[in-house]
Order: sequence, then C-alpha cells, then structure tokens
Amino acid sequence: MEKLTIEGLTAVAEDTESIPEFAIGLEGVKGKPIRLSISGRIELDNLLSFRSELENFFERMVPASITLDLAGLEYVDSAGALALIDFKSEAKELEIPFNFENASKKIKGVMSLIDPEALTLASRRPEERPPGFFILVGETARLLWKDFYNLQSFLGDLLYALAYCLRHPHTLRWGDILLYMTRSGVEALPILSMMSLGTGAVIAFMSALQLKQLGAIEYVAPLVAIAVVKELGPLLTAILVSGRSGSAFAAEIGTMKVKEEVDALSTMGFEPVRFLSVPKVLASIIVLPLLTLYSMFFCIAGGFLVGVYLLDLTAFSYIDQTMKNVTLFDLVASLIKSVVFAVVVAGVGCQRGFEVRGGAEAVGTMTTSAVVTSLFIIVMIDGAFAIVLHYIR
Amino acid sequence: MVAEKRFPNQGEKPVIVVDRLTAGYGENIILEDVQLEVYPGEILVIVGGSGCGKSTLMKQMIGLNLPFSGKVLVNGINVHTEDETERGKLRREIGVAFQAGALFGSMTLGENVALPLQEYTNLPEDEINRIVRMKLGMVNLAGYENYLPDELSGGMQKRAGLARAMALDPMVLFFDEPSAGLDPVTAVELDILIKSINAGMEITMVVITHELQSIFNIAHRVIMLDKEARGVIAAGDPRYLKEQAQDPRVHNFFNRLPARLKERNF
Ligand SMILES: Nc1ncnc2c1ncn2[C@@H]1O[C@H](COP(=O)(O)OP(=O)(O)OP(=O)(O)O)[C@@H](O)[C@H]1O
Ligand SMILES: [Mg+2]
Repeated sequence: MEKLTIEGLTAVAEDTESIPEFAIGLEGVKGKPIRLSISGRIELDNLLSFRSELENFFERMVPASITLDLAGLEYVDSAGALALIDFKSEAKELEIPFNFENASKKIKGVMSLIDPEALTLASRRPEERPPGFFILVGETARLLWKDFYNLQSFLGDLLYALAYCLRHPHTLRWGDILLYMTRSGVEALPILSMMSLGTGAVIAFMSALQLKQLGAIEYVAPLVAIAVVKELGPLLTAILVSGRSGSAFAAEIGTMKVKEEVDALSTMGFEPVRFLSVPKVLASIIVLPLLTLYSMFFCIAGGFLVGVYLLDLTAFSYIDQTMKNVTLFDLVASLIKSVVFAVVVAGVGCQRGFEVRGGAEAVGTMTTSAVVTSLFIIVMIDGAFAIVLHYIR
Repeated sequence: MVAEKRFPNQGEKPVIVVDRLTAGYGENIILEDVQLEVYPGEILVIVGGSGCGKSTLMKQMIGLNLPFSGKVLVNGINVHTEDETERGKLRREIGVAFQAGALFGSMTLGENVALPLQEYTNLPEDEINRIVRMKLGMVNLAGYENYLPDELSGGMQKRAGLARAMALDPMVLFFDEPSAGLDPVTAVELDILIKSINAGMEITMVVITHELQSIFNIAHRVIMLDKEARGVIAAGDPRYLKEQAQDPRVHNFFNRLPARLKERNF
C-alpha cells in the first residue's frame, strides 16, 4: 500500500503571512477503493492549488470508490465547498461511489447552501456576442435614423411647448428662466471674454504677417471685423455655451430621469418638456445673442490691441475701418443665427437628457452626445446660413 | 415568560468592538460614547426610531465616516487604519449590502458579483464565473447573470446586492434595511435567506431594520438606539425585551405588534 502526502502549493499572494494551507492524504492503490483525507483550510486564496492537486485524479487513480475524509479540515469558505462539490459531481458522472466522511456541522452548513442545480442551469439570457460586420453597419444606420427621427419629434414637441407658453405667459416659470440665464449667460462672461480676446488678437496677428508682405497692413481691421461678425462671434459663443450649458442640461435632465423624477412630474400632471425644457431653451434664446454681441466686442478688442500696439495702426483708423466694414445686415443675420444656435444647443441638451435610460453610465454617454450632436448640427446650420445669406444679398 | 437567552458565542472574542464611539455630522453629535461588541456568528439587529443614528452607526462600523472620538475594531483592526495591507485585509472581511442594492447599473449582475473577486483574488475567468453562479444560486437568482440591475425587481436587486456583498465570504456582513420596500412574503423569504446564510457559513451579521416581524425572525440579539439618549438604550434577546423591558420606549417599540402575531411562537 502506498501512502503519500501532498503539501498544498501556496498561491502567489501579496502578504506572505496569511496564505492558507491544506494537505491531502491518500490511502489506497490505483484501481481500488481510495480514501482521501483533507486537512487545513480551503478558501479563495488557495482554491487554484487545491483544484490543480485534484486535477485528473480520476484518470490517474481510476478509483473503484472514493471516501473523502474531512475530519482534519479546519475551514472551507463557499468557494472551497464548491470545489468539494465539483469533485463529487465529477465522481458521480463517472459513476464512482463517493461519500464524505466526518464533515463538521459548519462544513455541512456551507455545502448545504450551494445548489448544484444553479451551477448547471442555463442562463436565462445568453451572453451577448459582438455582432458581425453587416449587422453592425445595419444597426448603426438604424440607430442613426432613429436618432434623427427622435430629434425631429422632440423639436416638434419643443416648438409646440414654446408656442403654448408664449400664448399663455403665466404658465412660464420665470424664476427658472432667470436662473438658467444666470447660469448660462452671466457665469459664462469671464471665459467668453478671455476666449474672444485671444481669438481676435491671434487672427489680427496671423493675418498681419501675411498682409504685411502685400503692403496691405491696414486691411487687418476689416479682416478681423468681417470674420468675427459674420462667423466667429456666433460660432465661438455657440461652442462655448454647448460645452458649458448644453452638457449641463443633458446631465441634469438625465439624472432626473434616472431618479424617476421625470416620471413623478408626468404623474403630477406636468408636461416634462414644457416644465423642464422651455425655461432652458427660452433662457438660451435670450442669452445667446447677447453673449454673441459680447464675444464680437471682445474679438474686435483683441484685434484692436494687436493692431494698435504691435502693428502701429492708429486707434482712429482701426475703429474707422471696422465701422465701415461691418454692416447692419451682417450683424442682424448673425444674431438671428445665434438664436437658431440657442435652440439647437439647449434643445439637443434637453433631448439627450430625456433619452437617458438606465443609470449613471447613460447620463455620461448622453452628456457627451449632447455636445457632439449640437456641434455637428451647428456646423451644418452655419454652412446653410452662409449659402442662403450669399444669395439673399 | 421568557428567560434571557444566551446568544451564540457570547463571551468569545468579539468580531467587532465599538469602543467609546462619538460620531455625528459637522457640529451635530448623533452618537455619544457608544460601547458595543458583536460576537462571531451572531445576527445583531440595530433598531430605533427614524433619525436616531442607525445608519450613522453602520457607516462608522464599516469605516465610511471618521468618528469624533473613540474607535471601531473589526477583527482587531481599526477600521481607519493607515496601513495598506491591513486595510486590504479589512475590506475582505467586511461585506455591505446597501439599502437599494447599490449595484452598478452599467454592469450585469454577473459582472457586479465578479468585481470583488477580480480585484482581490488571482483566480482565472472561468473559476470566477463558477463562483459567481454559485453565489447567485445562493440568493435564488440562478440564471440571471446576464441581466442588468434595472431589469430586475427591487427584491431581486436586494438579493443580488447580498450576493455581491458575500462574494469574498466576508467575516462580517452588514445589511441596511433588508426588508424595506419589499412585500411581506418577499421580506420573509429574505429573512429565511439571511438566517440560512448565517447558519451555513457562520457569517456574523449586523442588520438594520424597522420590521418587527423581521427582528423576531432573524435576531439573536437586538440593540435599540435612541435619538435623545444618543446611544444604546437597550440590548438583548428581542423576545426578552418585548416582555421584560421596563423602559417604556423599549416596551412600546417591541409591543407594537398585531395581536395575531402575539400568540405565535417564533
Ligand atoms: N450626511 C449627513 N449630514 C448631516 N447630517 C446627517 C447626515 N446623515 C444623517 N444625518 C443626521 O443624522 C441623524 C441620524 O441619521 P441616520 O441616517 O443615522 O438615521 P437612521 O437611524 O438611519 O434613520 P432612518 O431609520 O430614517 O434611516 C439624523 O438626524 C440626520 O439628520
Ligand atoms: Mg437609515
């Protein structure tokens, strides 16, 4: 009769002092009834070495029957108990008689909690596989279409709610409108002036480098003025408001959605779009043209500073050139454009907020999407404006 | 008449020692000079009126908030220890099932339960999956591993939270309001589950609950907190407290029981 003891290999762990150990004693010879006595501890930390000790045990020993003596086993956690139960099921599959011996009350207790059926039960829902190429393309196209459709129908809801509120001004929540005007207007002033001043200065400086070679340095002022009034002012402002406020609207409504606050509003008889979106959109419509004017002023001021202090233009000629080249038509067109941008930025922000399903992660995704989508739409609309204005003149 | 019973392992080395703990928020003292021991294998239930500091005490015991003074030891380790390895050990010994489950919404149930296993062990993927299946089976959620939390009912989420809390076979399991928001039948099922896990794995449990029925079902021992007293006003076997307590606050709490249940022998 051979007798051997296999010391449990210790798993690699950070702190060496507390690695649990086990030992398996084996009595019996190949092909005959075998008695295994397990002692020590089996838990998560040495589960792997325990499993590998018993790996291929049945092929190696071909036992006629197995008795597992657990008298020396001090402790098993549920993972350890799972390993013991797995060992038993393996024996059962091979139709080898198997029994546990001397299991303490505690070990029996742990094993009784494990439901062997649960381990083999098929998932109620199969794991999702990554889709194939064509499915991916189709699915993306479908989602894009659905997204476009949702945006359109939200725009419809929004315009309806706006019209309703304008016909019934007493239903407007003026407090909210003021709050959002402060948030997306007043609080945006410092950063907007910094951005605009810098942009104006850089444009003046870079164009001066080129214009100097042509001896046309006095054209710096018109160049800055036209670029700023026609394009940069509205664009810069819309981009800034989209990043600051569009994202905030999406996150706010999205979180309300997650916490079922939007549902609560509906059940209390409030129209969520009217209650939540209209104040934000109206505030943006009021604030964005003003911000645009503000931004234009600082852009031109940036150009002015560069022109006067670096390019040796006189203050009078700079201002004079600027005034001559800015037309009222351009200014009004830009302000109208900024109103459209306001509807886009605030509307898309709110719509993305309402799209949130699920939890925290969806809020993040939709906030990002709010900014990306509104920037995309802004660029498209800007292009459309440029073409239309060109032909109107 | 009920004699005061001994609860399991009374007198053994306690798993949790709350030593002269004073805690609160800002200037506001909620708990003052609280002394408490939790013994291995027992189910300790914390009760008391709303706002008396039950959740505050639990947050202290799991080391989420710093105390004003005093300390909490779990298995001999201060819950606010600076030592990294000690803290890692501590995190493995403590499992917390939060009131609303606190499952991560972007992960499936299986991933939620697997998370601590991936973090604290070096087991391979399929081994972890097996353990996850077993844990979900323990809380009767076998087969739901690919579901997202918000696709489940409140009771199922609570059970899944329990499975995640048990992922590493902690020494102590904290449970905030297990039966709040559940229908009576589901609540009793959860009580049975808690009891069987306690009996099977001998996990020490600290449970906060308002439900009298739940208290009588699961508690080996209760402590009652009080807002004015800023601490523990009664401790012991709930049946004993119900019949013998002299303090009217304690007596009232434990006797606000429907007559039908009074006769029943738990
Ligand atoms: N984060 C916090 N900041 C300030 N005060 C708090 C905070 N959390 C709780 N409190 C105050 O501490 C006191 C105890 O609160 P705690 O949440 O511990 O009560 P509780 O016993 O769990 O009540 P409930 O049964 O309603 O959950 C309350 O008066 C509460 O106002
Ligand atoms: Mg609480």
